Amino acid sequence: MIGKLLKRRARTGEDGSIVVEGARKATGGKGKARIVMTMAVFFGIFSTISGRLVYLGFQTPDLSGGPQSRITASRPDIVDRNGEVLATDIKTASLFAEPRRIVDADEAIEKLSTVLPEIDYEQTYHKLKSGAGFVWLQRQLTPKQQADIMQLGIPGFGFRTEKRRFYPSGETSSYIVGLTNIDNQGISGMEKYIDEQGLSDLQASGLAVAKDLKPVKLSIDLRVQHVVRDEIAAGLERYRALGAGAVVLNVKTGEVVAMASVPDFDPNNPYNAQEKDRLNRMSAGLYEMGSTFKSFTSAMALDSGKATMNSRFDASHPIRVGHQAIHDFHGKNRVLSLPEVFLYSSNIGSAREAELVGIEGHREFLHRLGILERMQTELPEVARPTEPKVWKQVNSFTIAFGHGVSTTPLQAAVGCAALMNGGYLMNPTFLVRTQQEAMAIAKKVVNEKTVEGMRYLYSLNAEKGSARNARVPGYRVGGKTGTAEKVINGRYSKDLNFNTFVAAFPMDDPQYLVFTIADAPHPEKPGMTDVAAANAGVIAGNIIRRSAAMLGVKPDFSHENGATLVSYE
Amino acid sequence: MQSRLDKSPVATWWWTIDRWFLAAFLSLMGLGIVLSFAASPAVAERIGLDSFHFATRQIIFTVPALGVMLAVSFLDSREIRRMSLIMLCLMLVLMVAVLYIGVEVKGARRWVSLAGLSIQPSEFLKPAFVIMCAWLFAEHKRQPDIPGNLFAMLLLVLVVSLLVAQPDLGQTMLTTGTWGIMFFMAGLPWLWIIVLGAAGVGGVFAAYTVFPHVALRIDKFLTGEGDTFQVDMGRDALINGGWFGVGPGEGTVKRVIPDSHADFVFSVAGEEFGLIMCFFIMSIFAFIVLRGLNTALKEHDDFTRYAVGGLVTVFGLQAVINMCVNLQLVPAKGMTLPFISYGGSSQIAIAISMGMVLALTRKRPEKRKQMGFALPQRALPAE
Repeated sequence: MIGKLLKRRARTGEDGSIVVEGARKATGGKGKARIVMTMAVFFGIFSTISGRLVYLGFQTPDLSGGPQSRITASRPDIVDRNGEVLATDIKTASLFAEPRRIVDADEAIEKLSTVLPEIDYEQTYHKLKSGAGFVWLQRQLTPKQQADIMQLGIPGFGFRTEKRRFYPSGETSSYIVGLTNIDNQGISGMEKYIDEQGLSDLQASGLAVAKDLKPVKLSIDLRVQHVVRDEIAAGLERYRALGAGAVVLNVKTGEVVAMASVPDFDPNNPYNAQEKDRLNRMSAGLYEMGSTFKSFTSAMALDSGKATMNSRFDASHPIRVGHQAIHDFHGKNRVLSLPEVFLYSSNIGSAREAELVGIEGHREFLHRLGILERMQTELPEVARPTEPKVWKQVNSFTIAFGHGVSTTPLQAAVGCAALMNGGYLMNPTFLVRTQQEAMAIAKKVVNEKTVEGMRYLYSLNAEKGSARNARVPGYRVGGKTGTAEKVINGRYSKDLNFNTFVAAFPMDDPQYLVFTIADAPHPEKPGMTDVAAANAGVIAGNIIRRSAAMLGVKPDFSHENGATLVSYE
Repeated sequence: MQSRLDKSPVATWWWTIDRWFLAAFLSLMGLGIVLSFAASPAVAERIGLDSFHFATRQIIFTVPALGVMLAVSFLDSREIRRMSLIMLCLMLVLMVAVLYIGVEVKGARRWVSLAGLSIQPSEFLKPAFVIMCAWLFAEHKRQPDIPGNLFAMLLLVLVVSLLVAQPDLGQTMLTTGTWGIMFFMAGLPWLWIIVLGAAGVGGVFAAYTVFPHVALRIDKFLTGEGDTFQVDMGRDALINGGWFGVGPGEGTVKRVIPDSHADFVFSVAGEEFGLIMCFFIMSIFAFIVLRGLNTALKEHDDFTRYAVGGLVTVFGLQAVINMCVNLQLVPAKGMTLPFISYGGSSQIAIAISMGMVLALTRKRPEKRKQMGFALPQRALPAE
């Protein structure tokens, strides 16, 4: 092609001026072709532009439109077993900006800061210059702030009604009810449980509309909950403890009627909820339970059939295993009967009981009672108990009196409840449950005879033993103390204890179980003691005294004041 | 309506002028005014001027532009060449001067202030350059021993070096591209096309490596990253407008595009008046370019052919690049939409250039009779 063109050009050159017209025609023809090609290229470009215009015409415009309307998450109310509101949604206004519509970011921020002085200039400026379609500026304003911002009349700003969680009972039920984040999604406690039950899916599909959501009814009784929170808070102060907690359990249904742990936080202003000591000690704290565990050891000995109430255990001298020795706290230094082992809280006697059952039997029994399994309940904050990988003789001995395994107080309470309610282990629940429902899921773990024995031991201990502080006239309270040496940096502390107390009432047919803990309590006054009876026991007694009537337990004074009643008849 | 028997210059003009071109130019000027009302108040308010500052100025500049265009269209081709030669010399001087006395805007010296008017010499240079190149190519064609092509090449080098010195890469590309197309139409051998094409690619690559802002823009276009705010907004405006637009004054994106009255007026038109309006604007440009080239195709006089072809090419390329930037088809390049974008003095430059198109496309008897041994001294009235 090029060669041909060059040749033709050369020939016209040779021909010179004679065939000027011919040359002109030749170049003219070529020029025409070139112009046609130019036209074709331009035509192509214009066609491309047209194509692009058509393509844009079929784009959906909401790419540039304002923010997508987002349904703010509605949550169901949470109410207690009597219908008292524990958590509810309230409407607040939240301020957003559409940066693409902001004309002058500087001016907008300057005006806005007259109402919201706390906004960060730098950060807000970047937000407004981001070119995004939608940015939040300040969530959950007060009505006055909203009105003031409206007065400013800044273009590109807008409000969106959002739901915010409000907790009328405040810190009283903080750990149970839990918290939501700024987007009204549950992040802890029952709030999180509700989300896990499919509410989040419902919200994602936009179906969670406020009026459709049935309130979630908890097993909590707000009145009892208040008593419990009040008592442990008072106890925390009185004994200058690191922490305290208590749970009131319905032994017949496994319902948690009240549960609290201090220190806690105000869910309406949870600025301190992330602090290290803010932990639901009752379900998420792992502790060595101490002598409370002797309930399980005694029950195990009785249930194994190898011991009876009349069995005797030699506690005359300490047990030596390797270089360790097991001593008694209140040493009697003699042979003790099984009730005496419980009453005097004999470590040696308990170790002997465990020895009688054997290591495997001991381990199996604790697993059967769910003490060493991860508890199944609605609350997400549940710790997994720890136990030695391999149980040796010494482990079994120490576990017999509550050292060497760690479990959660709630779990220990549930295990004790099984020993009181006729031998039925049932997962604790924070939702209402009838006795029929409870029996349907219950697992028989110990026989009636064992239960009968345990009720006797608890009553006996309240009458003559360490549980006397929890006695409440008319309510036939029985219980067991536990004073464990607190593990600090992997060693048992000589000064600080972790105290527990388990109480059940009324002992002739136990309906409720109260389990209290006091973490590192100090003597109330100089000269007093810091063992469990003096703090955890007192708290439990106070709780029962104040709440038993509300729990519907009928007082019966015939045992204490039988003569008086008779005289009236 | 003029009588056919009237032989006055105005009557002659009326009967010989290409009325299709005239109508197209007038519509563009009209659209420019209409769209300046849509696009410029937001910009004016933003920089603290009177709302209709730019719209008023657009009208004020349209009047002399129209006058200049019509005046130029009365000239014959010899007068056009003379005018261009004077303009070229003057503008070359100004372009040298602009490097020293120019007003620096965003790191480039492109503007010079003359008698209270800030003008961009490169805008006025373009039509003069095209005419002179057309003349040089035509002379070379007429008598191959005249080194017209060589002079045209030297002229290009001179102009390009002045433009790069400012620096003004947009105008450099435009000028080089137009020159290349004119040379192509003037029968540039294919070997040369390949060599020059390679040089062009090399030039773009050199620009990419030498000028960081060019590299940045190309990277942005290719990767979709970086600050593509204006371009994205322009596209959003078009999508937002849909086929029929959101209505005059109802556009919102124009408030956030900094150059909505200049480089992005096409997007604003799309948002307020719909893609239909964009099609209409594009069609007018397409019509001018294709009709101009078609006229060149039928033209027998080499100079007129190259001149008209070159003028509509520079006009069309500028419009096409602007529209493609608005539609995100090419990397962002500051280029105004002829007649429509707000441009002040540049509007007059475009008017001069289109006046030349009108002048050169007037019907002349010699077109049909003479094959151009010698160009006639003056245009004869039509039969």
